[in-house]
Amino acid sequence: MAAPVILDTYFKRTVLGALGLLKGMSVTLGYFFRPSRILTEQYPENRKTLKLHPAFRGEVIMPHDENGDHKCTGCTLCEKACPNATISVLNTKNIAGKKVLGKYIYRIDQCTLCGLCIEACPFDAIHMGNGFEHARTQRDGFDLILNKKEGRG
Amino acid sequence: MDLSTTNFIGDLVREYSPYSWVASIVNGVIAIVAIMAVGVGPSPMLIWWERKVAAFTQARLGPMRVGPWGLLQTVCDVIKLLFKELITPHGADKLLFFLAPALPLTGSFLVLAVIPWDHNLQVANPGMGVPFIIAVSSLGILGTLLAGWSSNNKFSLLGALRCGAQMISYEVSLSLIMLFVVLMSGSADVREIVLSQQGNVTDWWIIKAPFLGIAAFVMYMISATAELNRGPFDMSEAEQELTAGFHTEYSSTAFAMFFLAEYINMVATSALASVFFLGGFLPFAFPDFGFAPIVGVVASINGALAILPGFFWMAGKILFLITLFMFFRWTYPRPRVDQLMSLEWKFLLPANLILLGLGAVFIAFGLILP
Repeated sequence: MAAPVILDTYFKRTVLGALGLLKGMSVTLGYFFRPSRILTEQYPENRKTLKLHPAFRGEVIMPHDENGDHKCTGCTLCEKACPNATISVLNTKNIAGKKVLGKYIYRIDQCTLCGLCIEACPFDAIHMGNGFEHARTQRDGFDLILNKKEGRG
Repeated sequence: MDLSTTNFIGDLVREYSPYSWVASIVNGVIAIVAIMAVGVGPSPMLIWWERKVAAFTQARLGPMRVGPWGLLQTVCDVIKLLFKELITPHGADKLLFFLAPALPLTGSFLVLAVIPWDHNLQVANPGMGVPFIIAVSSLGILGTLLAGWSSNNKFSLLGALRCGAQMISYEVSLSLIMLFVVLMSGSADVREIVLSQQGNVTDWWIIKAPFLGIAAFVMYMISATAELNRGPFDMSEAEQELTAGFHTEYSSTAFAMFFLAEYINMVATSALASVFFLGGFLPFAFPDFGFAPIVGVVASINGALAILPGFFWMAGKILFLITLFMFFRWTYPRPRVDQLMSLEWKFLLPANLILLGLGAVFIAFGLILP
């Protein structure tokens, strides 16, 4: 009884194996004949038209609305959430004596882009941006000030 | 002058040279230069094409920076390779160490010498062309084993043994498939094998021998991939998993020669596959099946296709087969060494023996397509 079973599996494995090989070829041939699926970006040449994935983490940004206002209240939760002291929130007082944001300092050379500050923010004031060209000639250039004006808008 | 029988260039030289020995030398030099050009010339382009195929199958672009579409990338690589230091390992057998890279190259050049590129473009046409090919292609194995042995490195030796076992095993089934084609065409003369496929596509051996032809072709491609030490059967090198195998200790030009031999071997093997199964230098011609309304149209299309010279068709078929080899390499995962051996000795060898027997039966009962 053993021989037919062995023969059966032999032919079954041969046929299934051949089909599997053909399936593999169809996948690679499919990629080969569809250049639109190529993911490579020709970066320095296509800098103007470069489209990055929306989830790409390049830097921490603070979005400003059309009046130049931001949502930051200076609560320093992001500063406390940051594992490597990338963020310093320097607060000041406005005319009414209320504590408001003075300078939001973001040291991009220390940032690991972990995104904990964005998760910590209760006011949705900071986001992850797509910008990635962070080369600087001076070390001071890495200390960015994210807010454009003092206080909350 | 009947173009299908004369030796065009050779006869021309013999006609205008004063002594016969002058003609012999001139013809020899022309032959060597031609083989070198055919073998070495396309290799940089093939390396570029391989990298492009690899990239496109993986949704990448491949080399794009040097020259248009990265065409000059290989030139840069070759220049870099030639300027590197040629290191001889301590305690290596120097003579064998530097002889070894030349042997695979010699073997592939000798195979290229008997391949008919056109009706009168063939360096030599021995009556026993196929046994000659089987004999000289073994030089590659010798080079591999010598390279591993003379490197004075135990890992090189292990790689060479692995590679030698693989190449010797697959040469058995490769030779059997060649014998199958010899059986079908009734001649061991490479040129006669091509001329036995004259007519349209259905006269090529891949179709002319019903079912057997396509099975033989598939098995030829599998055995040739293993014989060439290319992926998925590149256990001798296995860049991602092992050290380089038999050429671990080679650098600079010696390594370049192994690398070159791989690509020239690929050209030679594809040329042989095209000669054996795809009609060699004969032009592609559609069959009309004797169907009256299309006979005229098919005849005119075939006439237009036949205008292109034979070496163009040969080159086209070779390029197609090489691209197929490249697709194999970039599609399939690498099997284990024991799986490779069982594929050869438990599957391909019995299948080839059955194929040979069936071929004889088909010929005896006249089952070959007219």
